[in-house]
Amino acid sequence: MNHPNPLDLEQGLHFYEQMLKIRLFEEQVNQLYLTAKMPGLAHLYAGEEAIAVGVCETLRKNDYITSTHRGHGHCLAKGAAVDRMFAELLGKSAGYCRGKGGSMHIADPESGNLGANAIVGAGAGLATGAGLSIKLRASNQVAVAFFGEGAMGQGLVYEALNMASLWQLPVVYVCENNHYTEYTAFREVLAGELRDRPAAFQVPSKEVDGQDVRAVYNAVLPLVERARRGEGPAFLICDTYRYYGHHVGDINRAYYRPKQEEEHWRTARDPLQICAQWLRGEYAVPPALLDEIGQRVADEIRLGLEFAMQAPFPTPSELMEDIYA
Amino acid sequence: MPETTSSLHEITMSQAIHDALAEEMRRDPRVFIIGEDVAEAGTPFKVLAGLVDEFGKQRVIDAPISEPGFASIGVGAAMTGMRPVVDIMFGDFLGLVMDSIANQAAKVHYMSGGKLKAPIVFRTTLGATRRAAAQHSQSLQAWPSHIPGLKVVLPATPFDAKGLLKSAIRDDNPVVFIEDKLSWQIKGLVPEEEYTLPLGVADIKRVGSDITLVATSSMVQAALGAAEKLAVIGIQAEVIDPRTTVPLDRQTLIESAKKTSRAIVIDEGYEQYGVTAEIASVIADGAFYWLDAPVKRMGALNTPVPFSPALEDLTVPTPASIFEMAKTLCGAH
Repeated sequence: MNHPNPLDLEQGLHFYEQMLKIRLFEEQVNQLYLTAKMPGLAHLYAGEEAIAVGVCETLRKNDYITSTHRGHGHCLAKGAAVDRMFAELLGKSAGYCRGKGGSMHIADPESGNLGANAIVGAGAGLATGAGLSIKLRASNQVAVAFFGEGAMGQGLVYEALNMASLWQLPVVYVCENNHYTEYTAFREVLAGELRDRPAAFQVPSKEVDGQDVRAVYNAVLPLVERARRGEGPAFLICDTYRYYGHHVGDINRAYYRPKQEEEHWRTARDPLQICAQWLRGEYAVPPALLDEIGQRVADEIRLGLEFAMQAPFPTPSELMEDIYA
Repeated sequence: MPETTSSLHEITMSQAIHDALAEEMRRDPRVFIIGEDVAEAGTPFKVLAGLVDEFGKQRVIDAPISEPGFASIGVGAAMTGMRPVVDIMFGDFLGLVMDSIANQAAKVHYMSGGKLKAPIVFRTTLGATRRAAAQHSQSLQAWPSHIPGLKVVLPATPFDAKGLLKSAIRDDNPVVFIEDKLSWQIKGLVPEEEYTLPLGVADIKRVGSDITLVATSSMVQAALGAAEKLAVIGIQAEVIDPRTTVPLDRQTLIESAKKTSRAIVIDEGYEQYGVTAEIASVIADGAFYWLDAPVKRMGALNTPVPFSPALEDLTVPTPASIFEMAKTLCGAH
C-alpha cells in the first residue's frame, strides 16, 4: 500500500497506544460479561480499532462524532477516559452518563462525542444536523458519523446524504463494513456495491483497508480537511472485521461465520499487529518500547476498572433527574 | 385572555404563529425553520408566508420530502447549539419522524446524564372534518404525550398560540407543538407588546359552577359552543383548556372538578388510550370525594378517519354531542 503522507514516529506510537487501549478495554469488557460482573450486554469493537483511531486522530477536540451501538472504540479514540467508561458500563454514578446511558449511549460533549446510539443509522442523521449547525454558526468544525454497513439498510442515511450533498455540509460519513449486519452476512442483505450509494448523491467516497490505521488516517485526512474548508461531505468505506460476536453474548456463531474466517482476520489482518509491524520495520521501534506501551495501557485499564468497581451506584433520588433540561 | 385591553389587536391564529416565529428569529440567531415548502411557499397553509423574505433561505430551509431525515437533522442541530423549528406538515407524518422525536430528542438529555440537550420545536397539525381522509386528519397528541422527555403544546386561540410558541422555542427541551388546521383562521385579541405564556398552566376559558368541560385544541371551541347551549337550560359549564398535555396542570383541573363535581374531558384524538384517558384519570384520582358522577371522556371515534363528509362528521365531538353528554351527566332533561 502506498502512503503518500507518512506519519512521524511519535504519531505512530500514539496510534498504537490508542488502538491497544481500545483492544484491552474491550477484552476486559468481555471478561466482565463472562464473569457476570457487568449488567446487560455490550457490542465489542475489538478488531476495528484502526478505524476509530485513524479517523479521530484527524479531528480536533471540538469536532463532533456520532457513534453506534458498537461505540466504545469511537468514544475512547475521541478522548473519553477509561475509568469513566468502565463506570458507565457498570451503571455507576461516576460514568459518563451517570449510569443512565450504559454501553450503547456513552456521550461526552467535552470531547465532541454526541453519543453512541442504539438505533442503527440514527447517528448519520444527527451528525448531518451537527453539520448544518456548524455551517449556520460558521464555526469551522467537522462532524463525523460512524456507522456499520448494516446502517446502509436505513432510509434515513440516504436522506441525510442527499441533504448533506445539497447543502454542502461539513460531514464525513465513515462506514465500517465488518461484513456482518448482526447475524447475517452483509452480501445477503445489500444489493449492489456500497461505493455506488454515496456516488448516487455525488458525495465523493474512498475505500480503505480498515485494518491499517495509517491507511485510514491518510485516507480520511483530506476528506476532513475539505469538509472543513466548506467543500462538502465525503464518505469513507472501511473494510474491517469484528473479532467477537454481534454482542458479548453471541458466543456460538459458527452457524453464520466460519471459525477459519475469524482466525484469518485475527492473524493476518490484525490492526495492532499491522501497526506494530510497520513501527518495527519502517521506524525501527524496538520491541521493548512496544512492551512499555503495553504495560502502560494495561495499568490504565486495571486502574480504570478498579475505580469503576469501587464507584457507587446511583441513588434512587437520581432516577427522576435529567428527564427535562 | 390578556389582562389588559389597552394595546390589543385582532389577528388570526395563523398570523399569531407567524408573528411568534418572526419575533423569536429576530431575537435569537440560533432559531431556524426547516421543513417542506416552508420558504417561498410559506407552507401549503401559508402560515409561514413572508418569513423567508426577512430571514433568507439559510434560516427558512426548504427540505426534500424526507421527514425522517430533516427531523433527525433538526435534532442534531439542536444538540450542537441551534434552536430548530421543524415543520411537519401533517400530524399524521409523526409516524415518519417518531424515532427522532421519541428515541433521540426525548432521551438525549437523560441518556447523557444531563450533559446534552435538544432544544427543538416540532410544529405539526391535528384535526379532522377537512375532507382529507385517513392519513391527513388524525389528532395524534397522545403519541408524544406518552414519552417522558417531551413537552406537548395544544394551542386553541391566537393569544395562546403566540405566547406558547415563543416559550416552546425558548425551552431547553424538545417540544411538540400541534396546531388545529381549522383553527388557523380563528381570530382573537393579542397584545401589541411582547409576551410569553408558561408551558404547563391551564387556562379557564369560561367560568362555571355546574360541570367542568376540559377541552384541548379544536375541542375548546366545541366546548365553548356547548357551554352556550347549556347556559340556556340553566347549566353553567366551566371550560378549562390545559393548553399543554405535558406538563399537565393537574391542580387547575382537579380544583375545577372539585368545585363543579362533574367533568367531561374532550380531545380530538382517538378515544382509546387517548389524552382524555390520562386527564380523566387525573381528575378521578384528585377529585374523587367531590365527584357526583363518573368522569366522562369524549374523543374521536376509534376508527380511521373516513373521507365521506356523511361519515367523517360523525367521528368527532361537536357542540351538540358535548351538550347532550353534559346535560345527561347533570341529570337535566
